[in-house]
Amino acid sequence: MCAMLEVNHIFKTFNPGTINEKKALIDVSLSMEEGDFVTVIGGNGAGKSTMLNAVAGTWPVDSGSIVIDGIDVTGLPDFRRANLIGRVFQDPMTGTAATMQLEENLALAARRGRPRGLSWGVTAQEREVYKERLKKLHLGLEDRMTAKVGLLSGGQRQAVTLLMASMQKPKLLLLDEHTAALDPKTAKKVLDLTQEIVEQDHLTALMVTHNMRDAIAVGNRLIMMYEGTIMFDIKGEEKKKLTVEDLLRKFEEASGEEFADDAALLSK
Amino acid sequence: MIYAGIVMAKGLSISNLIGAFPSGIAQGIIWGIMALGVYITFRLLGVSDLTVDGSFTTGGAVVAMMLLNGHNVWLAIFVSVLAGMAAGITTGLLNTKMGIPAILSGILTQFALYSINLAIMGMVANKAIPVDKYHLAITSRNIPMAIVTGFIFAAVIIAVLYWYFGTEHGSAMRATGCNSTMAKAQGININVMKVLGLALANGLVALSGGLMAQYQGFADINMGKGAIVIGLAAVIIGEVIGDALLGKYLNFAGRLSFVVIGGILYYIIVIIVLWLKVNSNMLKLFTSIIVAVFLAVPYLQEHQKTSFARAGKNAAKASKEA
Repeated sequence: MCAMLEVNHIFKTFNPGTINEKKALIDVSLSMEEGDFVTVIGGNGAGKSTMLNAVAGTWPVDSGSIVIDGIDVTGLPDFRRANLIGRVFQDPMTGTAATMQLEENLALAARRGRPRGLSWGVTAQEREVYKERLKKLHLGLEDRMTAKVGLLSGGQRQAVTLLMASMQKPKLLLLDEHTAALDPKTAKKVLDLTQEIVEQDHLTALMVTHNMRDAIAVGNRLIMMYEGTIMFDIKGEEKKKLTVEDLLRKFEEASGEEFADDAALLSK
Repeated sequence: MIYAGIVMAKGLSISNLIGAFPSGIAQGIIWGIMALGVYITFRLLGVSDLTVDGSFTTGGAVVAMMLLNGHNVWLAIFVSVLAGMAAGITTGLLNTKMGIPAILSGILTQFALYSINLAIMGMVANKAIPVDKYHLAITSRNIPMAIVTGFIFAAVIIAVLYWYFGTEHGSAMRATGCNSTMAKAQGININVMKVLGLALANGLVALSGGLMAQYQGFADINMGKGAIVIGLAAVIIGEVIGDALLGKYLNFAGRLSFVVIGGILYYIIVIIVLWLKVNSNMLKLFTSIIVAVFLAVPYLQEHQKTSFARAGKNAAKASKEA
């Protein structure tokens, strides 16, 4: 089986040659098999979101290559990779168009990465499909299909974004701290929903998180990043046995310093 | 020049006021068509496009020159729309390909269009197209007919816009204006969408300019001056009235219709102001104040609910009570 995602020796430096120069990614390589659910953890500025954005194509990398399902996307901007990638953002406002109807948002996502023509934006047929899909979220959204998305709560919008990202089965699902902006109860709901969708649709997913417990509990593989590099990579049985204490000890051994990220520690 | 054709009231008699209404309605519809273009950029794309002051004149200049050169009026209108679209594309490319802020891109194009419009008109500032000599689609000589023609134009355009913005392509354009990050994540090329949106908007603006030149019987290099402000006035007046009358029952076609109605209401307000013997040179000041007030009201309303001044007052009151 060929890898679903292959990140080969990518480098990215922001503001090179200035006083604000930041080596955000240093020789990062990562290979994900189909069906892998990888969680990425690390402190502020470790490069977690930067790696995710490199894969998504927010900006070009300085060197190295990114291959998704055998397609080299290194030279493609984000919107031309969108046919392969589903994304959920940290800010619940980012993933949906607030002034458009719920069904219009879903219809936009259903056509992700496909040419858009002059046929109707939402058809009666797909409305039925959306209704069924929304029912499964158990948020009562199936009765609000023509409501503007801006009227929904943050948690609801994040659930809708998840649905949108997975609607047209993506080769890769990118989750960028997508529960960080939600209250704990809603965050748990959205995380449960994430696992449900990934499992049901057999998706390959990469999830950045601040929360060590989530990183351990979710997925089949865990990556910790530190100062722009992948510090360690734990999978399979070893990951199942992992505890937060193990993670902190490993971090201290490898970096020679204490794990200094309040959010991660507090969310133990 | 914009106000040419409005019958200046001789005295404050109601019959003079009523007599000026039909002409105001006809011109209001024509400006309303321009306001539809402004609505696309201002409300759907979230851009304040200042190209319109230039592209409105471009429409008038192209129509006048083509008529003077013996072309059919419908062909002239068609070509004027293409010319307006070209202006919009220019602004769009300056913005998306050259990295110039949208508002400045529009100003640059508008500025350049002054020379281009003059060149189109053979370096003459004013070109007459007398209705006696040319077959025109719309003219102030027959105002009832002009209202009907303007109404048909507006209705067809609203129908086409309603259809387009309901398609996959039009939805993608709306998504681009609403949330560009989301649009990109759905695989939408937002730069292409912005350029197309500006082209569509300025095509409508040029169409309106071409109709206005026919209506008033001449094209003038300054006929588009302040068009953006009048367009915004129409959009905002239309929205306020539409929301007040229909509220959330207002669908997209309804919103577009109210933009045109906003253009008509704006012109009726202008007629009333002129009827009150206000110096017509003061109209631009008056229009700017209307637009500023209507744009400021939602902000001020929000500000009244939550502001530092209010928080400070509450705190002072609480400490006094304690």
